[in-house]
Amino acid sequence: MTDQLRGKSAIVGTGHAGFGEAHGLTAYDVMAQSALAALGDAGLKLSDVDGLFCTMMEDSMPALMAAEYLGIQPRFIDGTMSGGSSFVNYLTSATMALDAGLCDVALIVYGSNQRTGSGKLVTASRPPAYEAPYNPRYPISAYAMAAARHMHEYGTTREQLADVAVSARAWARHNPEAFERGPLTREDVLGARMVGDPLTVRDCCLVTDGGGAVVMVRADRARDFPKPPVYVLGSAAESSHRQISQMKDFTVTAARASGQRAFAAAGVSPGDIQAVELYDAFTINTILFLEDLGFCAKGEGGAFVEGGRIAPEGVLPVNTNGGGLSCVHPGMYGIFTVIEAARQIRGDAPGIQLNDVDLALAHGNGGVLSSQVTAILGSQNTL
Amino acid sequence: MSNTTGPDQIFRTALAKNDIVLPRCDDCGAFHFFPRVLCPHCHGTAISWKPASRKGKVHTTTVVRQKPERGGDYNVCMVELEEGVRMMSRVDGIAPGEVVIGMDVTAFVGEADGAPAVFFKPAEA
Ligand SMILES: [Zn+2]
Repeated sequence: MTDQLRGKSAIVGTGHAGFGEAHGLTAYDVMAQSALAALGDAGLKLSDVDGLFCTMMEDSMPALMAAEYLGIQPRFIDGTMSGGSSFVNYLTSATMALDAGLCDVALIVYGSNQRTGSGKLVTASRPPAYEAPYNPRYPISAYAMAAARHMHEYGTTREQLADVAVSARAWARHNPEAFERGPLTREDVLGARMVGDPLTVRDCCLVTDGGGAVVMVRADRARDFPKPPVYVLGSAAESSHRQISQMKDFTVTAARASGQRAFAAAGVSPGDIQAVELYDAFTINTILFLEDLGFCAKGEGGAFVEGGRIAPEGVLPVNTNGGGLSCVHPGMYGIFTVIEAARQIRGDAPGIQLNDVDLALAHGNGGVLSSQVTAILGSQNTL
Repeated sequence: MSNTTGPDQIFRTALAKNDIVLPRCDDCGAFHFFPRVLCPHCHGTAISWKPASRKGKVHTTTVVRQKPERGGDYNVCMVELEEGVRMMSRVDGIAPGEVVIGMDVTAFVGEADGAPAVFFKPAEA
């Protein structure tokens, strides 16, 4: 997104469904309930939706499946599948489509029943031919190797990784919507079952059901809805690889490029951001993205997150809903970074509501650190 | 009908004969992996195949933890070969947790799921 799209679109509704365990529901049921929740929040109906932005873990044509299920006939669809970052990426394509008049009401939506459905990551993709013989566990082996390399190059410690999970839990404890709300200490994380060295099961995101949706319109009518509009000030993507074996530098992600462009488009810098919502599939993600997005220097992410500095009452509010580590993680988490960022700006966050948030960042990650998408969202005051 | 042998097939046919060959770009001289019909560095399409040095270093590593009854823990790592390319693989001959970043390793052709594949063992001192 270039700055000519700055503030051209706004989120006027957010919704979610099926957090935790959605017994008896299919992934598409959860998707549809999420869509209804977001449209209800915006005071709109399904029949108002003429732009659909959706992908799912199942099927090769999920956007068509979703439109069919919802009983709508959208004139614009985007089903680009870049993994969990897809839903942050749709902020760009939805803004473009709205701005060009290709649709008037854009619905970004996702749903999954991966916890009650199968208990593990559902995926339609095949293991890559040059990785499959070695049986990496997808996706944790990839993130574990990134963490190992970061520890080797920068002296990042397992304790620092653990503190990311502890901070996420500290936020989640205040969030009634969060799936895991029990106490969690550094020792709990370090002593948990090792699943892919150096990561224990507590360094890994949850496996839950859940869905989420946001409704977007052009900025010129964004104030005609019940909730305060949240404007897309800048969004940018960069893709660096698909297979982890093709990642050039295991300690630097494409978030460096996506972040720089998103900040430039929005005309703000990391120091202006009041709430940071990052895709924390694993504890190393938070460290990598804080570095790559410019909240600290490369290699200093471990020290940056240590000892509650990103927890409530810390120096930077990160993953204020509890993140994928403690709130919800139904296969793909990206939509929830957008929802929490928007709700912090609107002032109706489900857990700890920060004071007077005008600027928030949502960052999506897809694949195995493959696709990075950064969005800067702002209140009316930031236009 | 084309009789072209594609890059994937060239690599695997060599492996079946216990040879490890790597694609190298005639234009820029750089190696790449996985095999493909163009050079990902300069996008040239003139590719030659060179016998691999088989010498590498562990770039990063992990242990996949698994219950003993399901086969137990095993190593997954990235090895950087002298040629400058990296491949996912496994270091055999030592405990999975003893594979460390920076260690020198030597490639050999082993078997995975009935097909030949490149594995590594610790280099002889
Ligand atoms: Zn070349």
